[in-house]
Amino acid sequence: MSDTPLLEVDGLTRRYGARIGCADVSFRLWPGEVLAVVGESGSGKTTLLNTVAQRLAPSEGVVRYLMRDGTVRDLATLGEAERRFLARTDWGFVHQHPADGLRMNVSAGGNVGERLMAVGARNYGEIRATAIDWLGRVEIAADRIDDGPRTFSGGMRQRLQIARNLVTHPRLVFMDEPTGGLDVSVQARLLDLLRRLVAETGLAAIIVTHDLAVARLLSTRMMVMKSGRVVEDGLTDRVLDDPQHAYTQLLVSSIL
Amino acid sequence: MTTYNFAYLDEATKRMIRRALLKAVAIPGYQVPFASREMPMPYGWGTGGVQVTASITGPDDVLKVIDQGSDDTTNAVSIRQFFARVADVATTTSTTEATIIQTRHRIPETPLSPGQILVYQVPIPEPLRLLEPRETETRIMHALAEYGLMHVKLYEDIAKHGRIAKTYAYPVLVEDRYVMDPSPTPKFDNPKMNDSPALQLFGAGREKRIYALPPHTKVISLDFEDHPFEVQRFTEPCALCGSTGVYLDEIVTDDRGGRMYACSDTDWCERVRAARAEAAE
Repeated sequence: MSDTPLLEVDGLTRRYGARIGCADVSFRLWPGEVLAVVGESGSGKTTLLNTVAQRLAPSEGVVRYLMRDGTVRDLATLGEAERRFLARTDWGFVHQHPADGLRMNVSAGGNVGERLMAVGARNYGEIRATAIDWLGRVEIAADRIDDGPRTFSGGMRQRLQIARNLVTHPRLVFMDEPTGGLDVSVQARLLDLLRRLVAETGLAAIIVTHDLAVARLLSTRMMVMKSGRVVEDGLTDRVLDDPQHAYTQLLVSSIL
Repeated sequence: MTTYNFAYLDEATKRMIRRALLKAVAIPGYQVPFASREMPMPYGWGTGGVQVTASITGPDDVLKVIDQGSDDTTNAVSIRQFFARVADVATTTSTTEATIIQTRHRIPETPLSPGQILVYQVPIPEPLRLLEPRETETRIMHALAEYGLMHVKLYEDIAKHGRIAKTYAYPVLVEDRYVMDPSPTPKFDNPKMNDSPALQLFGAGREKRIYALPPHTKVISLDFEDHPFEVQRFTEPCALCGSTGVYLDEIVTDDRGGRMYACSDTDWCERVRAARAEAAE
């Protein structure tokens, strides 16, 4: 781990009118680290994720990011072109519903290749070879490359979405309930896959989940949210084995 | 026709369209919104092209109108007659004599010369339309030159058909900046747009957009390094004039499978036949 955090979040607040989405959230994320954000439905996890990922404008607070060139930039000062470029090269965003993150009318190969073409790849053979390589890494057979996501099962779609995001070797991936809506055995395979990819590529990730088992398997650190605020944070094992806040204790006792 | 202003449109409307045209010429390939008017013809029949033509026509202009390359199809004849009535301009079927050529689909085979203006009738000006449904999003994509999606479409073609199957409205990159839909011209004509000495104006009436290619603009058809852009090739020459290397129409001649291939550009075909008859005498 390097000295400079990849991501610095300070006092981040997102309001919806008078209501609070998330309030006064601060954390640091270092390269290669996986941070889980847990809490019940409506606790502001997804709002936090979207605000950090610049998909929502923050009401208050600062998000700083260590760019590939080594400079630390306040993301609010990025122009729209820079922000979108960052989002499709150095970041990934895995949606809970694959249909939100995939182009459903485009073949698997086209879905994986889109980011490559967006950054200027113009050789069909190379794009296809890279797509086949990534499909293999997420355990999708190479002969499904020309099939559309509509012909894929839920688990396959989710894996395709992951391949599509990782093809440009992002350093930070945002995941919103990546295993939600999948049955248990498919969930287990996806978690195995994510653990392997995180270990292989050394990417950092922020994973929003309501499933504490997912958090325990994937993450190194976790934050517990309630009513838009972080009530507890720390190493995942510590938080789950020795919860300090009353709400975390309730959460742990009710699920595990 | 004292009841109509010269060339049908009122002067304020012409000025509005000319301002859009000036902006379009200044930013090659960029779609400029304009307040498209109702015209005495249905949308899809060339209302955009007619408005552009009406705004740039002067009393001394010579107008040619082609539809699918032909001077004598319904659309071409009626638009030509329309301007003959409301603007009293000279009309012609000759590509070389015309100062303004309004076209649907084809660029004439006869090379255009400086000073000529080619006006295209455009049904769908947005090249990203069928790829990205949100117009707000396509505008941002144009503004930021995010054109990866256009190549996804070409990738899909090769994956499905083994080659880029798009044969008309083939997307082009203008001056290394804007991706543009060249209207439903066959891709055969795309190379003629590049570095053309003529001014090319595109009008989309229903969609209320105008765009342009000033003379000698760089126009490159999108492709992949290992699947380069190619135009259609024809195995036989024109059955009427014997021309090769021109765009041919397939014409069904009977109900027993008989067919012939003839020039889609009728002016070119007649010119070649006349030259041949003269040489034979």
